[in-house]
Amino acid sequence: MTRISVTVDGAEAVDEVEPRTLLVQYLREQRGRTGTPVGCDTSNCGACTVLVDGRAVKSCALLAVQADGAEVTTIQGLANGELHPVQKAFHERHALQCGYCTPGMIMAAVDLLNEVPDPDERQVREGLEGNLCRCTGYQNIVAAVRDAAAELRGAS
Amino acid sequence: MTATRDREVGTARRRKEDAHLITGQTTWTDNIQLPGTVHAALLRSPMAHARIRVDASPARHEPGVVAAYSGADLADELAGLPSAWQVTPDWVAPEHKPLATDEARYVGDAIAVVVADTRAHAVDALDAIEVEYEPLPVVLDMEQAMADGAPLVHQDAGTNVCFRYSDTFGDVDAAFADAPVRVRRRFVQQRLVPCAMEPRAVLVAPVPATGEYTVWSATQIPHFVRLFLALLSGVPESRIRVIAPDVGGGFGSKLDIYAEELLAFVLAGKLGRPVKWTETRSEAFQATIHGRDQIQDLELAADADGRIRGLRVDLLADMGAYLQLLTPAIPLLGRAMFPGIYKMDAYRFGCTGVFTDKTPTDAYRGAGRPEATFAIERMLDELAAELSVDPLEMRRRNWIGHDEFPYDQIAGLTYDSGNYEAATARATELFDYDGMRAEQARRRETQDPVQLGIGISTYTEMCGLAPSRWLGDRGYAGGGWEAATVRILPTGKVEAVVGTSPHGQGHVTTFSQLVADTLGVPFDDVEVIHGDTAAAPAGLDTYGSRSLAVGGVAVWRAAQRVLGKAKTLAAHLLEVSEDDLEFSGGSFAVRGTPGATKSIQEVAFAAFAAHSMPDGFEPTLSADFVLEPDDFSFPHGTHLCAAEVDTETGRVTIRSYVAVDDVGTVVNPMIVEGQVHGGLAQGIAQALHEVARYDADGNLITGTMVDYTPPSAVDLPAFTLDRTETPSTTNPLGVKGVGEAGTIASTPAVVNAVVDALRPFGVRDVPMPCTPEHVWRALSEARGGA
Repeated sequence: MTRISVTVDGAEAVDEVEPRTLLVQYLREQRGRTGTPVGCDTSNCGACTVLVDGRAVKSCALLAVQADGAEVTTIQGLANGELHPVQKAFHERHALQCGYCTPGMIMAAVDLLNEVPDPDERQVREGLEGNLCRCTGYQNIVAAVRDAAAELRGAS
Repeated sequence: MTATRDREVGTARRRKEDAHLITGQTTWTDNIQLPGTVHAALLRSPMAHARIRVDASPARHEPGVVAAYSGADLADELAGLPSAWQVTPDWVAPEHKPLATDEARYVGDAIAVVVADTRAHAVDALDAIEVEYEPLPVVLDMEQAMADGAPLVHQDAGTNVCFRYSDTFGDVDAAFADAPVRVRRRFVQQRLVPCAMEPRAVLVAPVPATGEYTVWSATQIPHFVRLFLALLSGVPESRIRVIAPDVGGGFGSKLDIYAEELLAFVLAGKLGRPVKWTETRSEAFQATIHGRDQIQDLELAADADGRIRGLRVDLLADMGAYLQLLTPAIPLLGRAMFPGIYKMDAYRFGCTGVFTDKTPTDAYRGAGRPEATFAIERMLDELAAELSVDPLEMRRRNWIGHDEFPYDQIAGLTYDSGNYEAATARATELFDYDGMRAEQARRRETQDPVQLGIGISTYTEMCGLAPSRWLGDRGYAGGGWEAATVRILPTGKVEAVVGTSPHGQGHVTTFSQLVADTLGVPFDDVEVIHGDTAAAPAGLDTYGSRSLAVGGVAVWRAAQRVLGKAKTLAAHLLEVSEDDLEFSGGSFAVRGTPGATKSIQEVAFAAFAAHSMPDGFEPTLSADFVLEPDDFSFPHGTHLCAAEVDTETGRVTIRSYVAVDDVGTVVNPMIVEGQVHGGLAQGIAQALHEVARYDADGNLITGTMVDYTPPSAVDLPAFTLDRTETPSTTNPLGVKGVGEAGTIASTPAVVNAVVDALRPFGVRDVPMPCTPEHVWRALSEARGGA
């Protein structure tokens, strides 16, 4: 077992983990952050995307020990009482159906908009290429991310 | 105590479902953590066909292991899994044990189970299980499986043929004799993987002292899971509660009774502890049902002007190694849909179901209807090409006219309503059909290396699988009804208890809209309860676009009953006759007496308090309705696809896609549009991207998302959608069903576009998926043969 110190959604935690524990397993099983789901075992689907020190990371592609000292934000820590503009836009634009890919999709979008504040459709599609959705056909997701971009630009 | 003013039906209400999904406060089955839970992992056969001898006992000594069993260890305790649709009297339905006992029949067939304190320990301990595999001959190809002397998937059956089915309507031989035009084609519906984003999962919590069980399952069909667990285990239904909590997509793949559900149930009883199993994605590829997988031979006979005289269809349908819940019925669901929207004098349908050493197939989005629609829509294009007629004009010459509804089509269905002309006119306008054809001509003239193809699909489908008698006549063990309860609580809030079980379709929002309109209560005051057999004990769940067309109508009917009851009580309280009452905006008012009103909420409280009631009035405002539908509903539409095909690389790019669907009355246009988007994505994926491939030994070589390539955001275009509204006449709401429309219509539209682009080169078909390789090969062959 290895001791790690991680800030998860603003709360500092010190935990013992098996070295093989994936970050997503740690978040779900030891930190109770079940808002981040697992969709595949090949790091393709992106459902488990979280922010590690502000950058989108597929949390099944990182060991928990690699997050030692890091600040991790999951979907459950994104909103502080109010919805994040990306979350709000997903609701407004009907950018989710079953919702399983949604946490990862939202976290990836947040990172994308940090990098590219005014993305065109192509940039949104390319920015979310690593996150698979089986319900929406992506059109409403793209629209939501562009709406959120406009709101974030207006707010800044 | 306010009443709504605006009509909810037709309004794009934002979903009530979203709040917890966008904030991560979800209850996926795998999220549920109960004290004392043990975790199951399955050992799966790495060989497509092998005699097995399994010794699970060494695994029992591994760290954290609670129990380990081979199939033989549990043979007496595990019943065989059901197939609920006997399609012919003499079908072959081999025993299907949740754990194979002496033979494994596909890669992924479960052969042993370990239960341990953690999932990691359970997976680790699988390595300790000792298995001797004696390889047996493998059969993967349906035609080879039917040949004399072919290896048998099930030795005892003595054949790989599951069933042979045929039907003839009209005088087929006469229709084909002397027909000036005959078009014959073979199409292959490749095997697909449904790939819902949430893998399957099940958690069973027993209460040994009472013999009760609570089962959480990522399923579309909690009511059927409860029924079958009871049938297969002997535990009474009343002691089994099945909950489908948040369910992350299904597309038919969670419309099944799976080995792991029964296994977890039996082990939970045996061990007296909660047992959880969660599928890995790799397991999902191997051991969750696959879809499609048909070889389709079709022949059309037509007059010189293209009017269809007759159609012959012969299918081979791959069952895989075992029959799951509906496996043999899926190709037969398409039986009545091959004629599509076209008039013809005669039709013959034949289908042979074949066993192979592959993952079982079953319902995947559309289930038999996409396959049928693909075939007829491809044939219409081929017929048009044969006669050098525009494919849109060819459809016009053959489709059922707007003034001909209701129309008794050749295969015995009555299409209740439709307007193919209107949908097509709107689609061609949005698409700029003439402009696209002009551009196509230019590119052909200039020998542009990137050719433009225009693909058309004018489809119909049958939604709301019912009536029960129709299903029973065809060998289905279940029914097609749906149940609902609506009750106004003492505070005036409303509960709608429904038998459908959603997994992304937005039922809570849609049903809230229906109830709010009917009872005149605010949308936000309606709660929809679903997916839990304790809270919603009666229902037949969600599949086949039945939830609104059957379930929604049941909700509406129940709400009407509540309204009727409320009116009786309101009349009593206002001391007038019911005939003197008007109901609007959530209030009963006495005609001609201003101020004499009772809101429905006031009436609800009076019904609860029950202080003053008419004689014989039953307290509370609650009513049940079990709806047995009169008939199917038949959505339709016209889809147009423009595809750019690079003749040098074979790459296909969708340039524009227009879908005009007619799904009858629309309750929530935003949700309807979302359903179409998702359906289009899956249909386009079949046309261009996805195929489940096996190697010669029966290994699934597209066993991960890396290899299977479900489309990402960069692989799909933006869609242009519109709709016409021709209400269904088979239900009082006029609704039809939308979940499968996009999938059904889009695959032929895209492939027709690809073939259309390449027709000048002599290409007459491109096998799906139309990958650059397939396109390039089709071009090479056509050029070589020219």
